[in-house]
Amino acid sequence: MFKILASRELAPKVNLMQVYAPLVSGKAEAGQFVIVRAHEKGERIPLTIADFNRQDGSITLVFQAAGKTTSMLAAMKKGDRIPDLLGPQGNPTEIKNYGNAVVIGGGIGIAPVYPLARSLREQGNKVISIVGYRSKDHVFWEDKMSSVSDRLIVSTNDGSYGRKGLVTDTLQELISGGQKIDIVFAIGPAIMMKAVSGITVPLGIKTVVSLNSLMVCGMGMCGACRVEIGGKTRFTCMDGPDFDASLVNFDLLMKRLDTYKNEECSCHKPA
Amino acid sequence: MYSKENMPIEKNAVPMRQQPATERIKNFDEVPLGYSRQEALKEASRCLQCVNKPCVGGCPVHIEIPSFIKALRDNDLQKAIDIIHANDSLPCVTGRVCPQEEQCQAVCAMKKFGEPISIGRLERFLADWDRENRKNKKDTPAAAVAAKNRSVAIVGSGPAGLTCAAELAKKGFSVRVFEGYHKPGGVLVYGIPEFRLPKAIVESEIDLLKGLGVDFTPDALIGRALTIEDLFKQGFSAVFIGAGAGLPNFMNIPGENLNGIYSANEFLTRVNLMKAYKFPEYDTPVKRGSFVAVIGGGNVAMDSARTALRLGAKHVYLIYRRSEKEMPAREEEVIRAREEGVDFRILTNPVRYAGDDRGAVTGVECLKMELGQPDSSGRRSPVAVKGSEFILDVDEVIVAIGNTPNPIIPRTTAGLKTGRHGEISTDESGRTNLPGVFAGGDIVTGAATVITAMGAGRTAALAIEKYLTEKGG
Repeated sequence: MFKILASRELAPKVNLMQVYAPLVSGKAEAGQFVIVRAHEKGERIPLTIADFNRQDGSITLVFQAAGKTTSMLAAMKKGDRIPDLLGPQGNPTEIKNYGNAVVIGGGIGIAPVYPLARSLREQGNKVISIVGYRSKDHVFWEDKMSSVSDRLIVSTNDGSYGRKGLVTDTLQELISGGQKIDIVFAIGPAIMMKAVSGITVPLGIKTVVSLNSLMVCGMGMCGACRVEIGGKTRFTCMDGPDFDASLVNFDLLMKRLDTYKNEECSCHKPA
Repeated sequence: MYSKENMPIEKNAVPMRQQPATERIKNFDEVPLGYSRQEALKEASRCLQCVNKPCVGGCPVHIEIPSFIKALRDNDLQKAIDIIHANDSLPCVTGRVCPQEEQCQAVCAMKKFGEPISIGRLERFLADWDRENRKNKKDTPAAAVAAKNRSVAIVGSGPAGLTCAAELAKKGFSVRVFEGYHKPGGVLVYGIPEFRLPKAIVESEIDLLKGLGVDFTPDALIGRALTIEDLFKQGFSAVFIGAGAGLPNFMNIPGENLNGIYSANEFLTRVNLMKAYKFPEYDTPVKRGSFVAVIGGGNVAMDSARTALRLGAKHVYLIYRRSEKEMPAREEEVIRAREEGVDFRILTNPVRYAGDDRGAVTGVECLKMELGQPDSSGRRSPVAVKGSEFILDVDEVIVAIGNTPNPIIPRTTAGLKTGRHGEISTDESGRTNLPGVFAGGDIVTGAATVITAMGAGRTAALAIEKYLTEKGG
């Protein structure tokens, strides 16, 4: 059982939970995830690690209350216990000094972008962060992102806060303005990562995406999370979740994310 | 044929009652119903009590079979189960899933005169009797006496790990089992279906281990959360790796990632471990296809096909590229699958999957095969018949063509020697090239049987005891 140290809503349907999980926090690195099961009859779902603290043994999860499991988690309070939490799973993001690094987070994807930006900065990169929210009400972690970015550009879909438009609009303008970019990291909905790659890959900009496949085991034994990378089948949990965007078959990823669309309890929404 | 008491011996084994096929495909309850005491005694009376005991040699864990049958005949059921427990920590499991017809029963002397003794059924009878009997006792079994002040970490809680843990606990070592899933049992809980091995039985066998003092840490994947090196740093004196052959194989043919195509591991895990057959009471969904193709000819393929039927499939094809003779599945499982209506398409090989615009599978294109020369496994290898393509319309596919060892531990353990397919290399006693690190089961041999893995766990336990004794301290 994993004790909840803090639980609060950051924005509508966006929840933060700090959990005591010393086995996870001891080894966690940016880019990794955990598998969570919220109750005895529950599903196993992957959630990206948004932060970790090796000193107090805690990890932070930020998730969208979209399906049954995430809604149950959102309703849990400080002091409650999560029955099952496995991690850290997946491979850490490869962090080194690339030069000018652009990190792009969309919606809930902004949470895992935070430790990534922090690590990139620690390695001496110049970090430009592009974050996009639906509207002003949905803005969270702007201050945290600002603290780890050399430059932070915020946008909302409806223009109620920051710039109006999508993260890809900001990226496009950055590129048109002559900004030198050595690498792009994008984390968010599959459609957003596909759109980012659509801009950067033709320009030959190295782009890394963190794929949000459906999972069951999270440790290589089931293959629920298989994706197509450079025409070959790969498991997100074993070979990813980070992949070279130029090799990812995004259309297949999106179709596979919809596998259980018709089942009443589609608790698998990417988080 | 006469017994020592000069009584005529019945040539035929006492049959086991089972759920009729038309009934059982509507439920997930166990198919064979087990012997009554009377039936067990009758079957036991057929044993010749041979002096040279070929059955013991045929058993991978060398259970003293004639001795337990003798005790059973003497109506001393406790003594009989104690004899089994001396070598086999999971008799409820092995009595159900062991391929006895290839092991103890294959070499039974009664085969010269009639059917071999149904050793597995007798084992199951005794193990089930013991389980019921334990339920009525209030006191749990006493923890091992003379505890040795040394602890051993067991990585993986499948048949190899559980057996190794039980043996070491009985020897007085302190034992902790680490499991990646939320529930211990490995393939016994995620793989083998309820109708072949009820999960309540696995749980009670694990409770017995807990009674012996074995500790379990679920939700801990060794290699990620803790490395093998970390386990030694934490104070464990030895480590046994029984992590299984966890990585499912695919054929790498076009369309294999369409929705509705599962590895058998995923399909069975959803249904067995996550209880998707009780969806929506349980949250995990599984596709319930109407026309299902299962690819493969092993026990896992049979389990998948029979599970698909129970989930409501109208028609289940079992597609296997060789002939029925080469099928690795137990004969008993093939017979049951046939009884239940599985449509065997032997000498058939899938080459491509077709899908609709939403990415869901709609068909499998197959080629007819014929048998050519024997291959490295000694089985005649299948050769495609030119121009024999045909399509089966299906809305779900389960790929059951085996697994390779999970690479997480080899990848994260510096210097650990592995073989060509990523399996951990050990000597015959289960020692790896790293001091204090032992391994056994499918992660060493590649996919094999429950009892082979149990045998390896037992052998390694002996080697661990020897290692720790020699190391002293």
